[in-house]
Amino acid sequence: MSKQAQPIVVPRLATLWALTLLSTAAEAAYEVNFQQPATLVAQEVYDLHLWMMAICAIIFCLVFGVMTYSLIKHRRASGGAAARFHENTRVEMLWTAIPVVILIGMAWPVTKTLLVIRDSSNADITIKVTGYQWKWGYDYLKGEGEGIRFMSVLATPQDQIDGKAPKGEHYLLEVDRPLVVPVNKKIRILTTSNDVIHSWYVPALAVQQDAVTGFIRDTWFRAEREGVFRGQCSQLCGKGHGYMPIVVEVVSAEKYAAWIAKQQQEMVAGAEDKDKVWQLAELMQRGEAVYGKNCSACHQPTGKGIPPAFPALDGSKVATGPKAAHIATVLNGRPGTAMQAFAAQLSDTDIAAVITYERNAWSNKTGDVLQPAEIKAVRR
Amino acid sequence: MNATANGHSDHRPSGWRRWLTTTNHKDIGTLYLWFSFVMFMLGGIMALLIRAELFQPGLQFLEPERFNQIVTLHGLIMVFGAIMPAFVGFANWMIPLQIGASDMAFGRLNNWSFWLLIPASLLLITSLFVPGGAAGVGWTLYPPLSVQMGIGMDLTIFAVHILGISSILGSINIITTVLNLRAPGMTMMKIPMFTWTWLITAFLVIAVMPVFAGAVTMILTDRHFGTSFFSAAGGGDPILYQHVFWFFGHPEVYIVILPGFGIISQVVPAFSRKPLFGYTSMVYATGSIAILGFFVWGHHMFTSGMPVTAQLFYMYATMLIAVPTGVKVFNWIATMWRGQLTFETPMLFALGFIFLFVMGGFSGLVLAMTAVDVQMHSTYYVVAHFHYTMVAGALFSAFAAVYFWLPKWTGHMYDEKLAKLHFWLTMIFFNVTFFVQHFLGLAGMPRRIPDYALQFADFNMISSIGAFGLGLSQLLFLYIVIVCIKGGAPAAAKPWDGAEGLEWEVPSPAPHHTWEVQPVVK
Amino acid sequence: MTNRESYYYVPSPSYWPLIGALALLLLASGAVLWINAYTLGPALVAAGFAVLIFMLAGWFRVVIKESEGGLYNKRVDSSFRWAMSWFIFSEVMFFAAFFGALFYARVFSVPDLASVDSQLLWPNFSAIWPNAGPGYKGNFSAMAAMGIPAINTLLLLSSGATLTWAHWGLLQNKRSQLILGLILTIGLGLIFISLQAHEYSHAYAEMNLKLTTGIYGTTFYMLTGFHGLHVTIGVTMLSVILLRVLRGHFKPDHHFAFEAVAWYWHFVDVVWLLLFIVVYWI
Ligand code: HEA
Ligand code: HEA
Ligand code: HEC
Ligand code: CUA
Ligand SMILES: [Cu+2]
Repeated sequence: MSKQAQPIVVPRLATLWALTLLSTAAEAAYEVNFQQPATLVAQEVYDLHLWMMAICAIIFCLVFGVMTYSLIKHRRASGGAAARFHENTRVEMLWTAIPVVILIGMAWPVTKTLLVIRDSSNADITIKVTGYQWKWGYDYLKGEGEGIRFMSVLATPQDQIDGKAPKGEHYLLEVDRPLVVPVNKKIRILTTSNDVIHSWYVPALAVQQDAVTGFIRDTWFRAEREGVFRGQCSQLCGKGHGYMPIVVEVVSAEKYAAWIAKQQQEMVAGAEDKDKVWQLAELMQRGEAVYGKNCSACHQPTGKGIPPAFPALDGSKVATGPKAAHIATVLNGRPGTAMQAFAAQLSDTDIAAVITYERNAWSNKTGDVLQPAEIKAVRR
Repeated sequence: MNATANGHSDHRPSGWRRWLTTTNHKDIGTLYLWFSFVMFMLGGIMALLIRAELFQPGLQFLEPERFNQIVTLHGLIMVFGAIMPAFVGFANWMIPLQIGASDMAFGRLNNWSFWLLIPASLLLITSLFVPGGAAGVGWTLYPPLSVQMGIGMDLTIFAVHILGISSILGSINIITTVLNLRAPGMTMMKIPMFTWTWLITAFLVIAVMPVFAGAVTMILTDRHFGTSFFSAAGGGDPILYQHVFWFFGHPEVYIVILPGFGIISQVVPAFSRKPLFGYTSMVYATGSIAILGFFVWGHHMFTSGMPVTAQLFYMYATMLIAVPTGVKVFNWIATMWRGQLTFETPMLFALGFIFLFVMGGFSGLVLAMTAVDVQMHSTYYVVAHFHYTMVAGALFSAFAAVYFWLPKWTGHMYDEKLAKLHFWLTMIFFNVTFFVQHFLGLAGMPRRIPDYALQFADFNMISSIGAFGLGLSQLLFLYIVIVCIKGGAPAAAKPWDGAEGLEWEVPSPAPHHTWEVQPVVK
Repeated sequence: MTNRESYYYVPSPSYWPLIGALALLLLASGAVLWINAYTLGPALVAAGFAVLIFMLAGWFRVVIKESEGGLYNKRVDSSFRWAMSWFIFSEVMFFAAFFGALFYARVFSVPDLASVDSQLLWPNFSAIWPNAGPGYKGNFSAMAAMGIPAINTLLLLSSGATLTWAHWGLLQNKRSQLILGLILTIGLGLIFISLQAHEYSHAYAEMNLKLTTGIYGTTFYMLTGFHGLHVTIGVTMLSVILLRVLRGHFKPDHHFAFEAVAWYWHFVDVVWLLLFIVVYWI
């Protein structure tokens, strides 16, 4: 890694010049380029873009220089009769051949960078990223931290979105649990999706990879510096598409180790309460939280849903009828609809809690209390 | 039989019946043009809704799912309702005039092609009002999201089928007319560029619209009949849809621009008072763009996870298209070179077209570089790119065409001063709207989102202001056209002294029937 | 107008296109309602079909009258030829989309689902064709090439021959050969359709091969189904031609309608050959 992440001066100047020429808003305060790269690849892409812009700007100026000259010189007001020529094989050959050469010159460096981008071998850590409507699931498959898995959901409160509260600094780009990775390690990301196509896009890492339902795709990055990098889902995935951000926290090796230790502790704590017998109030409290994170996007906090796309749970036959049907719906989802299977996403306790919540919240007063063991029993 | 000796009907119903039953290419052309303008306003109002919502961060006017629906319909309506019908309108009006034919090859079929647009647009628009609303999936209709949608998606699918039938029939008509109805002496290498580009466009339409119909049919059966085209569990693949769609979709964007190239190739020589430079190479360049256009579709899918060899192939093929497109641009400039230029409104729009389309082409080229596209895909950079090619490209060329041929259609000159004002307003507001979107994309703002992070706020506000200016400026256009239809200085048969071609040999306004006796071209 | 060369027939104003648009509106909105289980749907579809058939009958009656009235000269005739060729080209492209889907499933998606990385999602899935995907739980048998499909191939190939034979009859003004050839062609087409229907019911009843049988069932039924639909349309058009022949239409030098239908039939034939090879055989 001897290569220095060093700005290339010529294209940057040319671009700047082109921008001032073309833009009405080229003020320094505005961001008019890619985000500050955090990986070598991102830096290469950054420079590539500048080079390409520079070449385009030069061609642009040449072509329109000629055109502008002609517009001024050959306008009728400046006198002179129109020529009648309409062919010149030599010129035509030339302006076919020259662009070909330029294009080859452009394609060459891009090809080199692309080959680097697509080489995801020899990764230090492999993480599976699953897109859900509308959250991300992270699954540390290999390397340091193996076995850690969690969901990452938008943390911006609805009030900020609705304009009822002032918007925070990281409005829409904040999550409850960021993806944490160590600096200077090659992280291989496997993307997949549970429902529709999503895309895992973090500009500063120059990573954008679609998460395709039922397939595994891969990409990788190696962050050069610590920091928090933010991105968003970039494939239209339904109504919450604008609300599934990605936050990647790149930390030092020590901090990473500490983070892993903490995660493992929590997992053990989670396993302990499996055999516990829960009270209604406890379950309601926990259930409300689970509901808020996982269900309210569709079924709404009020339980009224957005019919007909998303049915109301308040008064729903399923949520007030036999428990078995309710559990089955939540565990297995309803194939072909937005109602996803939560079996793999939530623990037995969470599912028991959220079902209990749904069966007792709003006007649903069934009084049913579900225990995690009941869920475990029906899990396939 | 009401036919006279040469086959023309002299009997024609008057009033509204005339428009319902007409087989006359000029009437049908007019119908197409008005339809397209209505759709343009509708699609434009949707664009303004989008821009209004994006004026500030936060949700103001539209629920997120409504926003997605509006974006989808904006895209579909603009492409299939506004731009394509506008060009078919020009084709109907001008191709028979340009090649010395008495009408289109199939009058009744021509009428049907038009009337099919009405059920299609009704289905699209109704979808907004059904339970669950319209399809909120983007104009690309990607599954599995489109499999999830409600009844609005089915309406969209059938609308696409009917649109497909309409444009295929229209294109068959155009191809047949050009190949079979040319006047004696009008050889293929003499037909005007507008007709040439339409011939090639029609070929593209016939080649790819059925593929689109097939793609949406697959969505339909996946939705309702349990097939597994796009479901991994059944051995299918959502990416299959993307391949089929973009096999249609990329040629589609050339369907949207090639007739525009044709228009510019007519307007530039007329106002340069000089023959088109490099006619032959123009024809070959158009053909090359069309052919190459079949091999580049993968550039819309660089992030979907194709093998690197495929990425490289699509990248190289895509970049190659810059060569024939460059030939066209250079030819236009060479046409102006040492001409005798004047700058009436059609010429202004043509110049605006060249200037801005090249910018759109360059941003396309940047997107074609796979390594860079990975950063830009699905961001506002792409939105900026395609509005530079489709608004400053296709739409500007349509404006140029309207001003160029309006005297021929109405027999009146339009108000040149107002028209120039229309041009400058459009030109300025267009750039205010879309130039800044490049920056948004570079900074990483994804497209198709109803709400955005704070760092994107300033440029979005500028863009929204520009959009409203751009929209209002089009009211001026409507006014100019209506005034011109109602009256104005009478137009000569050839109102532009530099214009050449058969269409300028018939009187203005062009009589209901023209070239009943075919002219002989020497 | 004496100059026959520049004469070109332009039809008089007509309501048929408008009625055709209405038919499609009814059909489309009816279909949408139907598949979403609204009771109005089937009625609208039926109405749409009725209007469509009314439109086709009316429109073609005018066309036939004009044609028999001698209004179509050589130039109009060659317009029809261009139009029919391009129409068939559009049909080719429609089928290409579905052939493409089959190709893609076999070459890309199924092998992809069995790749090393995919084991994460679909453990123990192996990519053998025929395949109904990793989520498919049942058992089905694939359609063999020999048997009905092979017989159907022979049927369609011979129907192409009988149709050409009928055409020779028309060219040489041998009416009985023409009529017999047409009847044979229609008959072969009908047998083809019944055999195919039999094959489908056999597949559903005994082979557990359904439209819902993963990607194999999907591509099998969609490809052969659309082909079968085209055979049905072809048979219908041949029957109309037969009726017209019986009424004494067509002359050895003026019978484009016949040729158009023949082209269409041969196109359907070629599609079948491809189907036979890629769907049933390999
Ligand atoms: C009229 C419509 C139109 C036209 C003409 C084009 C033209 C081009 N487009 Fe564009 N494009 C769209 C409409 C159009 N596009 C749309 C609608 C989308 C988005 C769809 C969606 O996702 O919703 C899109 C998306 C799109 C993408 C995908 C981006 C993404 O989603 O990640 C790409 C990537 O390669 C691309 C590339 C190109 C290229 C290389 C051209 C070329 O044809 C341009 C060629 C022209 C020039 C290059 C300029 C003139 C040339 C010269 C002056 C010669 C000298 C030049 C050199 C030697 C460099 N386009
Ligand atoms: C040729 C096609 C075409 C045209 C002409 C336009 C025209 C415009 N488009 Fe559109 N656009 C697309 C094709 C087109 N677009 C496509 C294909 C997409 C992708 C969709 C998708 O992602 O699926 C898209 C997406 C798209 C987006 C991105 C949405 C998103 O990703 O979230 C935006 C946002 O700014 C936008 C804006 C505009 C604007 C402001 C105009 C303006 O030029 C419109 C100006 C015109 C008018 C406003 C109408 C005329 C005037 C009146 C009716 C008078 C009344 C006016 C007032 C009262 C003010 N378009
Ligand atoms: C992405 C959107 C979405 C999310 C998130 C979601 N659901 Fe649903 N849910 C749906 C849809 C759509 C249906 C209707 C399915 C159908 O049509 O059969 C549904 C149906 C249901 C039903 C049956 C209601 C009835 O009356 O038929 C229950 C119960 C339910 N969901 C519970 C939940 C729970 C619990 C959660 C969270 C853990 C949740 N849902 C999260 C979309 C969602
Ligand atoms: Cu997930 Cu967009
Ligand atoms: Cu493209």
